[in-house]
Amino acid sequence: MKKKLKAASGVPESGSPESGPPETKPVKTEKEKKKWRISKRERAERARTSVFMMPSFLGVMLFFILPFLVVIYYALIDNPTTANFVGLENFEKLFSNNAFKLALKNTGMFSLTAVPLVVIIALALAVLLESNIPYKSTFRTIFLSPMIVPAASIILIWQVLFDYNGVINDITVFFGADPVEWLKSDFGYIVVVLLFLWKNIGYNMIMFMSALSAIPRGILEVAMLDGCGTVRRFFTIKLRYLSSTISYVTIMSLINSFKIFREVYLLTGDYPYDTMYTLQHFMNNTFSNYDYQKLSSAAIVLCAVMIVIIGILLWVDNHVGKGIEE
Amino acid sequence: MTSDIRLNSAAFPEKKKKKKVKFRRVLFLMFALVVLVTFAFLFLFPTVFTVTNSFMSTTEISANYGKIFTGLGISGDGGRVFIADKVNLQLIPDRVSFSQYATVLLKSPEYLLKFWNSVIYVLPIVLFQLVVAAGASYCFARVETKFRSIVFFAYIILMLMPYQVTLVPNYIVMDKLSLMNTRWAIILPGIFSPFSVFILTKFMRRIPTAVVEAAKLDGASEWQIFSLIYMPLCRSTLYSVAILVFIDYWNMVEQPLILLTDQELYPLSVFLSKINEGDTGIALAIAVIYMVPPVLLFLYSEDYLVDGIAYSASVKG
Repeated sequence: MKKKLKAASGVPESGSPESGPPETKPVKTEKEKKKWRISKRERAERARTSVFMMPSFLGVMLFFILPFLVVIYYALIDNPTTANFVGLENFEKLFSNNAFKLALKNTGMFSLTAVPLVVIIALALAVLLESNIPYKSTFRTIFLSPMIVPAASIILIWQVLFDYNGVINDITVFFGADPVEWLKSDFGYIVVVLLFLWKNIGYNMIMFMSALSAIPRGILEVAMLDGCGTVRRFFTIKLRYLSSTISYVTIMSLINSFKIFREVYLLTGDYPYDTMYTLQHFMNNTFSNYDYQKLSSAAIVLCAVMIVIIGILLWVDNHVGKGIEE
Repeated sequence: MTSDIRLNSAAFPEKKKKKKVKFRRVLFLMFALVVLVTFAFLFLFPTVFTVTNSFMSTTEISANYGKIFTGLGISGDGGRVFIADKVNLQLIPDRVSFSQYATVLLKSPEYLLKFWNSVIYVLPIVLFQLVVAAGASYCFARVETKFRSIVFFAYIILMLMPYQVTLVPNYIVMDKLSLMNTRWAIILPGIFSPFSVFILTKFMRRIPTAVVEAAKLDGASEWQIFSLIYMPLCRSTLYSVAILVFIDYWNMVEQPLILLTDQELYPLSVFLSKINEGDTGIALAIAVIYMVPPVLLFLYSEDYLVDGIAYSASVKG
């Protein structure tokens, strides 16, 4: 029966694309050779399955990839009507633009402080929740709730809290500090970080919780029997197993930190205080001026920065996470 | 007999140790609960306040928050109102009133229109993104080729790009197709967003090939394998992805701000920030109405949402 199945499907035992990665090296070279000699049946199968991808592939090409090539083209010419090739001039202009520098600095600073905070707090909460706490699911629901509630819905309350005559100032004055214009001074930065933490901790916590519960119990029990304490167990075993989750959560938080514009915009509008002027504000204001060259070069710079950061995180992930069977 | 003695002598110090462990456990539990309850309070607080305050009457709201939101000086019934010189954050309204809701739902249809705008954007995006993504993930998961893994990697990179990058190409296409300032400008890029392809592919790769082989032996066509085997197996994942996509687009602010210039077309998420300044009471009521669909969805299917988030938790297949 088994033989028949293999024969009927027409798939050779090794080297077929479906049988997964081969285990030994010689087989791999065989696979390499066979790459050009796939059977008719396999080719037909590939053709049949690729039909399913067509809508998505065409859509992504049309709306993202091809226009991105246009973006690269726009970044290299002086303006769309004369279309002279100017090399990197647009990038030079961009980097001498004060608004862009301010936006880049603010966004970079924000990501550098808010992302580690959100990762660490989410991890701490996840560890607490995963240690046999009563009402675990209630807490989980509460921590996830900010993710569900639309930012626009709760923005009023944030305004009430952080206004000059608002509640936070009442509290700080009660403890003897001077009242602060939270949204119109350098302190605005703190408000934005708090908003970001509030919104994103739940999402990250869920990812950590699922990763924590996936750590094999056996290893933890053996370590416990060998007299390994709770703290050491966390740092030497759990963190190792969590390493790939940590890098993914960091990437996702980084991306979400670029979305903080949403809350800042809802709080303060198009032109906020200087410390809250984010990259998206810069993009919005450039969009309204129809400055394609500035926009395109900014998009490319950002894209490059993101690719470098993601590359570094993936590289770290690959090297730290080694030696753990998944 | 000897074994009894051994047991006794061993049990004695063990008991002491257990007591110590138990004490430490209680201490830890207390610490953990204090931390968690504090955080829980901070997390719930803005939402709860929005909901309770939406049941205040206009007079009460201007008395409490008039200091912040100028333009509240004159109350709805014409006379001047009392404004406290400090903001007064109040959890429970003095008198429960549905007047804000009545205004939003019955007297001024513009808010409901914006709500309807949101629905018109989000429902087609969720539906068609799932359909398109299901096909693509089926292709990625069923037969892997070198080309496909490159394309899949490109999808991941695209998924990780912030709006500041992806909105520029979107804008250019919409401009060229002269779809700017139409509903399509929001819906079309939304449909082809690669996020759900990513999660669905990861799930589908876990479906054993033996299932497919068996179906092929029975003479199943590719469409039948897709619709009768893969789709039913993916049902709960599809549901999780749908919730995540729904929440994401229900919240959108960036895309409408850039791709739409006509305020009539704005979804409620953007429009809400425009009414904040004038009518705080109405803004609170419509804010609560706006959070009802995602909250209901969340309460009804929290486990699916949690599964969806957990599935997305690694870039590697």
